[in-house]
Amino acid sequence: MSLTLIKQAIRGHKALTPMWQTHPLKESYELVIIGGGVHGLACAYYLAQEHGITDVAVLERGYIGSGGSGRNTAIIRSNYLTPEGILFYDESVKLYEDLAAELDFNVMFSQRGHLTLAHTDASLRTMRWRAEVNQIQGVNSRLIYPDDIKKLAPHMDVSDHPRYPVLGALYHPPGGIIRHDAVVWGYARGADNRGVHIHQQTEVTGLELTNNRVTAVQTSRGRIKTGTVLNATAGWSSLIADMAGLKLPIETRPLQAAVTEPLKPFLDVVVVSGTLHFYLSQSDRGELVMGASVDPYASYAQDASLSFAEGLAGHVLELFPSLARVRLMRHWAGLCDMTPDYSPIMGFTPVDGFLVDVGWGTYGFKAGPVSGYRMAELIATNATPDLIYPFRYDRFLSGDLVGEKGAASVGH
Amino acid sequence: MLLLPCPNCGPRNAAEFRYGGEYKPRPQNPESPAADTEWADYLYFRENKLGVKKEWWYHRAGCGCWFLAERHTKTQTVEQTYLWEPEQ
Repeated sequence: MSLTLIKQAIRGHKALTPMWQTHPLKESYELVIIGGGVHGLACAYYLAQEHGITDVAVLERGYIGSGGSGRNTAIIRSNYLTPEGILFYDESVKLYEDLAAELDFNVMFSQRGHLTLAHTDASLRTMRWRAEVNQIQGVNSRLIYPDDIKKLAPHMDVSDHPRYPVLGALYHPPGGIIRHDAVVWGYARGADNRGVHIHQQTEVTGLELTNNRVTAVQTSRGRIKTGTVLNATAGWSSLIADMAGLKLPIETRPLQAAVTEPLKPFLDVVVVSGTLHFYLSQSDRGELVMGASVDPYASYAQDASLSFAEGLAGHVLELFPSLARVRLMRHWAGLCDMTPDYSPIMGFTPVDGFLVDVGWGTYGFKAGPVSGYRMAELIATNATPDLIYPFRYDRFLSGDLVGEKGAASVGH
Repeated sequence: MLLLPCPNCGPRNAAEFRYGGEYKPRPQNPESPAADTEWADYLYFRENKLGVKKEWWYHRAGCGCWFLAERHTKTQTVEQTYLWEPEQ
């Protein structure tokens, strides 16, 4: 690899070929996936790889990975609270573990350990509850106390000085971070190699229905006839569903994140505090990647706000006072499609041929591979796999919700 | 920063308020068994539109009043705010 890189550098990278091709828009496809993020691309990849279905178009309004897939803080974990959630995210972690080999692309998955801090007796109790449920489901997760936390994160103030002292933490060794762009590119290349058409700069402008059945998709580049459409557009999913006359139990909220200037490696683990509303990890480049909770009101604006930066910095400094003079480099927002129970919505809807893989809120990236894998299975077999049955659309009509209190950055 | 005009107190920083979600009328016959789907719709489903949206806000750090606002969900322009009144 490195020798090839040197050769290419000398030759001006002229012999490098694009990782995926551009195609003219075909008149019809068997399946149209709206949304070129990790969910849409993973689904396209597994449809081709596992089920041999390749007459698929992935439509992306911008460039692939330009939405939530490129804006999240790249944390991967499976220490959720509901048994349904744990089984699901655990399969995702296992798929992520083998992903670099599967895609022949270095996705830089670093299972460095994940700490969820508890600052109150109540949250300590919840962490113990989560640890127990995790262990029963076979997920490596346990409660640890300040002495052990200090060994994992020596620069964190675990004394009784902060306003909310650290009382303990849920330690999840398989959790970690990944290079999110690489995951998207790897899936895109894999899908493209197997015959899937990826159409960037192609905005969906409408859906055509006959007798409550999807028949065509209208796009900014023309009309596509298709019998099946998968809506994988995260923050914009209500707008796409509206084109099919369908209402979703979703509210779009921005989630902001920021990175600091690069520092020498000093933080091995991912640190998350629900009470203080922040999560923090150090990327391979040395930048501290930080996020907090979703914005307090519904919005489609991907703006960065000063009040967020102030709040985040204050909370991070509470536990990492040594970072006081570190500068913020970048600060952005992504759109989260929040559901009432903090669980996704996957599968069939009352509109025939209109499938959803939405409601991914603040936990979409870590579920990319498993949701792609299982949605591909659902599409290929026309039946809902057991693993994603709890996340079906109908649960909101029957009241069978999956209250996921282990979800990130929703501040319960 | 979002500046929100409270009907009682005038324009204030949005940090003083609590967002109460999209406005929608309550089910007409809440007790009837047929109201289940209406309740599901009322409790969970959202228009979530991109554009001017009618929504509840609560002035928690001010007059303590719940009111309605019409706000654009992308540009954040607040078209108007007013107190709720029962429909005639």
